[in-house]
Amino acid sequence: MYRSARFDEPLLNELLSTSIKENKTKIDKFQNSIKRTEAINIPNLDETQVVRHFNRLSQMNYGIDTGIYPLGSCTMKYNPKICEEIAAWPHFSETHPHQDESTIQGNLQILFELERMLSEITGMDFFSLQPAAGAQGEFLGLLLARAYHDYNNDNYRTEVILPDTAHGTNPASAAMAGYNIIEIASNSEGTVDLDTLEKTLSEKTACFMLTNPNTLGIFESEILEISKLVHKSGALLYYDGANMNAIMGKARPGDMGFDIVHLNLHKTFSTPHGGGGPGSGPVGVKMKIEKFLPVPRICKNNYGEYYFDYDTPYSIGKIKAHYGNFSVLLKAYIYILLMGGNGLKEASEIAVLNANYMKDKITASKNYVMPYKKNRKHEFVLSCEDLKKRRDIRALDVAKRLLDYGLHPPTIYFPLIVKEALMIEPTETESKEELDHYIETMIKIAKEDFELVKNSPKNTAVGRVDDVGATKNPVLNWQMIQS
Amino acid sequence: MKFIPNSSIKQEMLTEINLDRIDDLFLDIPNKIRIKGLNLDDGLSQQETYQKLKKISAKNIPASKILSFLGGGIKQHFVPPVVKAITSRSEFYTAYTPYQPEASQGFLQAMFEYQSMITEITGMDVANCSLYDGFTALSEAVLMSARITKKDKFLIPGNIFWEKKSILCNYAKGPNIEIIEISYDPKTGKINLDILSKKLDNNTAGIYIENPNFFGIFEDSVSEIKKMCTDVGALLVVGIDPLSIGITKSPGDYGADIVIGEGRNLGNQMDFGGSSLGIFACKKDYLRQMPGRIIGMTKDSGGKRAFCMALQTREQHIRRGKATSNICTNEGLCALAACTYLSWLGGTGLEKLSKKNFDMGKKLCDAITSIDGFTQQFSGVHFNEFVVNSKKPIDKINKNLLAKQIHGGLILSPWYPELNNCFLVGITEMHEDEDIKKFVQALREVSDV
Repeated sequence: MYRSARFDEPLLNELLSTSIKENKTKIDKFQNSIKRTEAINIPNLDETQVVRHFNRLSQMNYGIDTGIYPLGSCTMKYNPKICEEIAAWPHFSETHPHQDESTIQGNLQILFELERMLSEITGMDFFSLQPAAGAQGEFLGLLLARAYHDYNNDNYRTEVILPDTAHGTNPASAAMAGYNIIEIASNSEGTVDLDTLEKTLSEKTACFMLTNPNTLGIFESEILEISKLVHKSGALLYYDGANMNAIMGKARPGDMGFDIVHLNLHKTFSTPHGGGGPGSGPVGVKMKIEKFLPVPRICKNNYGEYYFDYDTPYSIGKIKAHYGNFSVLLKAYIYILLMGGNGLKEASEIAVLNANYMKDKITASKNYVMPYKKNRKHEFVLSCEDLKKRRDIRALDVAKRLLDYGLHPPTIYFPLIVKEALMIEPTETESKEELDHYIETMIKIAKEDFELVKNSPKNTAVGRVDDVGATKNPVLNWQMIQS
Repeated sequence: MKFIPNSSIKQEMLTEINLDRIDDLFLDIPNKIRIKGLNLDDGLSQQETYQKLKKISAKNIPASKILSFLGGGIKQHFVPPVVKAITSRSEFYTAYTPYQPEASQGFLQAMFEYQSMITEITGMDVANCSLYDGFTALSEAVLMSARITKKDKFLIPGNIFWEKKSILCNYAKGPNIEIIEISYDPKTGKINLDILSKKLDNNTAGIYIENPNFFGIFEDSVSEIKKMCTDVGALLVVGIDPLSIGITKSPGDYGADIVIGEGRNLGNQMDFGGSSLGIFACKKDYLRQMPGRIIGMTKDSGGKRAFCMALQTREQHIRRGKATSNICTNEGLCALAACTYLSWLGGTGLEKLSKKNFDMGKKLCDAITSIDGFTQQFSGVHFNEFVVNSKKPIDKINKNLLAKQIHGGLILSPWYPELNNCFLVGITEMHEDEDIKKFVQALREVSDV
């Protein structure tokens, strides 16, 4: 039986402040207008208190090292320890972004080679490694689309089209870049409806954003026709790379006709999510868009020396401080070295095999329904709609009950076109044993006692959390508790 | 070996789901675009990888192997081992965004505590649990100011770092916000108040100032600036170096509406400029316009204290095109490092550390300006960075310093042509008095040539 650690761990400010408080700070030459006069109200604790506090907290947290974490579209794969160790070497971690180029040749080599590797994997010509996350990659991609159209004096393109299965970041990024968003309905197969797309495309379309395989895990088989239609209208085709883990070494967005691509290194290339970040969302482009990429570009001269190139007059400038999240880029570089071309290909193959294995086994039990086309790639989306109708058990209930078994639930209620959605992506790093256990548990939950499921979880650090209350009456820091 | 446990039993699994070959799973990809594999080298063993990276890393000279006085808002500070001990807990670093609060109480509570300490440092009412970096945090603050005030003009100091300006201009393109630069006072290095008051009008959404600013100088005319904002209904956005807060007021105490900053200095390594940590805090009235994730305290089904993500209706996964920002992945682990660091340091420790940095800045400045041919460019009071003017060509000086295993300051002329032969030097608690002596000695030698 699974039991999570459960501490009634106080907040830091509720711990006994044991260190001696003294405030003898005196600054003479300082204008009174901004001189600190009151002590900073952060508790003075001893190191033992701090360590125990955070260690206890860590034990009330689930990570990929705890167990399977099959969040759809998140690619929660194992994070190799060697990547963590190397990225922490002082020779990397203690370098300053403005150091003389001669003292950072190692860093520049890594960035230069990583750009080439990502280009090969995606079939694109050039990459910018600057974006800090997938969403920032999307934003950069759309700024590049805008720069491209502006350059061609084609600046009446004000619309971005995307399918109703798109990730929430797609429309949010397009809106931030100043575009009007047009969402088109998917067809009965769960893929892009070519007729609808053709009718929606116009001389106002800047870009069509697509995830392939899409968020249902379905490969858009008509991608070449889609590409043709989009380009005929003069728009660009944008690839959301969240699902790249399905197709490495099998197909490349560049060959499908995509002009701009973003990747999520913290998904496909195994860098840890860190409880929310840091991530990295490099953007790849075709030749015609290269000149707009952010500065600096990283180049190599005839003597084999690497250098920054800021001399790119059409560049959009900067999108993120310095050169992106270097420590994340470094981990992804190490991962690609470890896997090699064949390893990456096998990763995708087994990621797809694992997903299809789970899909077939779970749907065969007839407890969950899978709408749309049967053929899936690295993830699949089940619906609890039938379970809800029969037993009033919702996707949320299944998710919470999974926690009682020490299993992390899938993504729930996404994509929006599937009612009561459970979106499952096991990744290639799970063993058959883990998959079988997960399958059995999901089938078991569908048949379990109603009250047991509805009142779950019981074995976690806390019971079902009232998130509506957290929004209705926001208590967002310890200052708000006191007041 | 390659983190693919089912590699050896794939045939068995295929048979179980009535398939013959792996490629049967990829038949939905059109033949025309199917590839046989990637043109990349074969994978290396872990040992080979380790050795290869050792060789590559040897081409870098890290801060610990060189005496560095590089400024530019990023410098090496002491990171106590307790930070790595906590951020290396794999329950933390291998977790995803805490969508399932019951399985993420540890991270959620830590983020709640991070928000609490950022609220304290900034003097604001609420903080989020991180943005990408201080630079994009400014951009988000500008967009947020425009949304709140429904105005489309924003004033920034002319001497903010050019990268920050460039990022801001990119973020301002969508909503079409006009960014106006206010030049600095060439004597003091502070924002020019006369020009500021002239450029300010009723269409101004906000004013941004930095404390300390990019030249290391404190903007101390805060009450005048706040009054200008109030007069036209503009918001005051303040950027901070959190390590200076031990000696300066929290911006909330002088009327800031939004406070942003780069939080890397709080327990994170330089990492060649990334990872980074965007600090973002604001007044309670603006809470629902805030970008990024916010963690709240609530109760579980049994009435026990619990934490979860709050106010998610602002975010992209719910609001899609109408979200306050597109941010999804943030810098959670860097926020955890900052949280651990601040708990270890305590309020008193932060005050001492600020003072130490301030004192070292003053010592270094006195020492450098005692050399013939070197003067302080601006008269304003500075923190742990300042601009030095040299009579001799500064690039040559830096080159000769490097030959002596010393890294000089950041040369400013590429971005500020008027600051010819100036460099921005920085110092921290990591430097010793002996280091200052060495630097001064070396500066004397290289400027004599």
